[in-house]
Amino acid sequence: MTSFLTRRRLQGGVTGFAVAALVLTTAACGGTTRGEEETTSGGGDAAASANPDAEIPEGLAVGFLPKQVNNPYFSVASAGAEAATGEFSGEYTETGPSEASASSQVSYINTLSQQGTDVILTSANDPNAICSALDQARSAGSSVVTFDSDTDPECRDVFINQATTEGIAQTQVDLIAEQIGGAGQVAILSATANATNQNTWIAAMEEYAATEYPDIEFVATVYGDDEDEKSFQETQGLLQTYPDLAGIISPTTVGIAAAARYLSGSEFKGQVALTGLGTPNQMREYVQDGTVQSFALWNPEELGYLAAYAGAALAAGQITGAAGETFEAGELGQYTVESDGVVVLGDPTVFTAENIDDFDF
Amino acid sequence: MAVDTTPATPAGQSAAQRPGTASRLRLLGSGDAVITGVLVLFLVVAALSVEGFASARNTGFLLLDVVVIVLIALPLTLVIVTGEIDLSVASTVGLSSAVMGQLWFAGLPLETVIPLCLLLGAVLGAVNGFFVTRLGLPSLAVTIGTLALYRGLAFVVLGDRAVADFPRSWTTWAISTIGGTGIPVVVVPLLVLVLVTAVVLHATPIGRSLYAMGNSEDAARFSGIDVGRTKFWLFVVTGVVSALGGVYWTLRYGSARADNAQGLELQVIAAILLGGVSIFGGRGGLLGVLAGALLLGSVRNALQLENVPADVLNIVTGGLLVVAVVAPQVAARVRNRTRSRPAGPPSAPPARPATDPRPSTDPAVQVPADQRGNR
Repeated sequence: MTSFLTRRRLQGGVTGFAVAALVLTTAACGGTTRGEEETTSGGGDAAASANPDAEIPEGLAVGFLPKQVNNPYFSVASAGAEAATGEFSGEYTETGPSEASASSQVSYINTLSQQGTDVILTSANDPNAICSALDQARSAGSSVVTFDSDTDPECRDVFINQATTEGIAQTQVDLIAEQIGGAGQVAILSATANATNQNTWIAAMEEYAATEYPDIEFVATVYGDDEDEKSFQETQGLLQTYPDLAGIISPTTVGIAAAARYLSGSEFKGQVALTGLGTPNQMREYVQDGTVQSFALWNPEELGYLAAYAGAALAAGQITGAAGETFEAGELGQYTVESDGVVVLGDPTVFTAENIDDFDF
Repeated sequence: MAVDTTPATPAGQSAAQRPGTASRLRLLGSGDAVITGVLVLFLVVAALSVEGFASARNTGFLLLDVVVIVLIALPLTLVIVTGEIDLSVASTVGLSSAVMGQLWFAGLPLETVIPLCLLLGAVLGAVNGFFVTRLGLPSLAVTIGTLALYRGLAFVVLGDRAVADFPRSWTTWAISTIGGTGIPVVVVPLLVLVLVTAVVLHATPIGRSLYAMGNSEDAARFSGIDVGRTKFWLFVVTGVVSALGGVYWTLRYGSARADNAQGLELQVIAAILLGGVSIFGGRGGLLGVLAGALLLGSVRNALQLENVPADVLNIVTGGLLVVAVVAPQVAARVRNRTRSRPAGPPSAPPARPATDPRPSTDPAVQVPADQRGNR
């Protein structure tokens, strides 16, 4: 009897739950399908007018929110942003989640907003997941600058683009082509499967290589999730799967360092070319021991520096994010806002054995 | 489907059907009271000392962060009370989010997509339930497997894409608040579910049978409970609720992704254990779980407002969990020692240590099941 009762009630409960869920969801309205609803702009204030001569007020609260903390690349960018904040006498905080996930950034944005931060500098783990949080922060009075990885343009005021997609893609393909003689199998070791930047670059690299270097074959794209250990293992996996592999491009600093570490300790050292985007400090020993001939990167310190100045310019009212506006970014000089609120930092720097010792980041 | 193999015994029936109302109330237990007290104390201290903590806006942020954790903790608490575990809940969230994105992308109306996702959750839960109850495999092993399997399937469905063009009216609803209170609208249906689960667990024969199973599966079976079938349906419900969590997660962040809610299972389990539920089954109450989830959320929120770095935050929450698990054990040990020193009357039944994860295979274990909750 007991078991009968228990079972009946549980089943009844499940059915009831399912029915309730169905009723709730179907009762909402007649049917909402994709593309039906007009998306409206969220929280933008494009109507505001800019005053290029406005002074940056003292004591601006600047919050720096990277994709994740303990990532050397973002630490360097943070140092740049902190230096800039010091120059315009602001108050600087760095915060961020320990794992690079889209949703984890949301609660940090909420915190910054709750703290009354004037300028939020962030690199998005997902172009849309942090949008509503950024909208809320903006309507509460914060200026939002994205750098490195953009969000939907509606959700921020200005995006600092480290370099154009074409510039980055072409530099890396040219570097690998030079090292493998313009022909052979090439694999890509990327960050996470959803990383906005890396996916755009990879598409552009494949497109560029198809026209410029038809003998280069892209055999695989693997994801090291910007984790050292996983990137290391994925490199190992690539070399086992593709014995004829001529080169690896890793458009992420964590990936290229892990791949270089694997190659330098393996039989493939000097045989399989490696290039991509890395920091001089992480790559120095692999360039010196011959594992890596050359790699590229923009200067992340300048990226953070420019982002902080752009944020201050927004908060001061010097710019609103409209195309054609100009602002001064300290020692980097004058920058112009392009369409969609994009500010381009410049071309990436190529690092080789000759020049690597000139850089410390 | 499990077959009813055990005929109900009259003894089991009477034991299951005549619990005292008083003991039923006391099932809410002292563990619940302790964690609730800690939560209230923390909220008061944080409200007084952390700038920006006690505001309507921040309350909204805090609650939104724990909604999915509380939601999934409801059925998972029941599963853990029976002595089982389901580690695949976050992967179910991810898979239902990915499927939701893909179906929406394909042009289906949301009103069809959401029930389909819930159905998917039921199937995923049934797979877990089948392996655990019909094949008799340990739920820990089964759901570690499906944790990886469901997450893998999510990437098969959506790959590295993110579907984000959900209607704004839906995504705004997901984060909207009740007037100026800062309390998210979704808290209302969530509270209804909390109430339903609390009644089922603490005031029905089903709830008592779950504790009985957690204390001794054999004894529960002898007393006429269809253990297999009950557990099977618990896994199904957990799957459905996790899928509902996936639907909400997708709307709340406005982004369907295969890697949504990665690692969330540990946060849910942490909240449940912090709430005083024994990982070995048979002990714990829903009020404690609710307090545990809110405490973890509040601690994170308050420390973030104080600019505590993420690594330190992880250390604090991890430490909190260890303390929550160790403290009752130490307390019970101390209590036992002080109790055993002055030799009691030899005829009195020896007090069973509250920490003992498994009781003796006493056939009349259902009565102790109630008593154990009282400690």
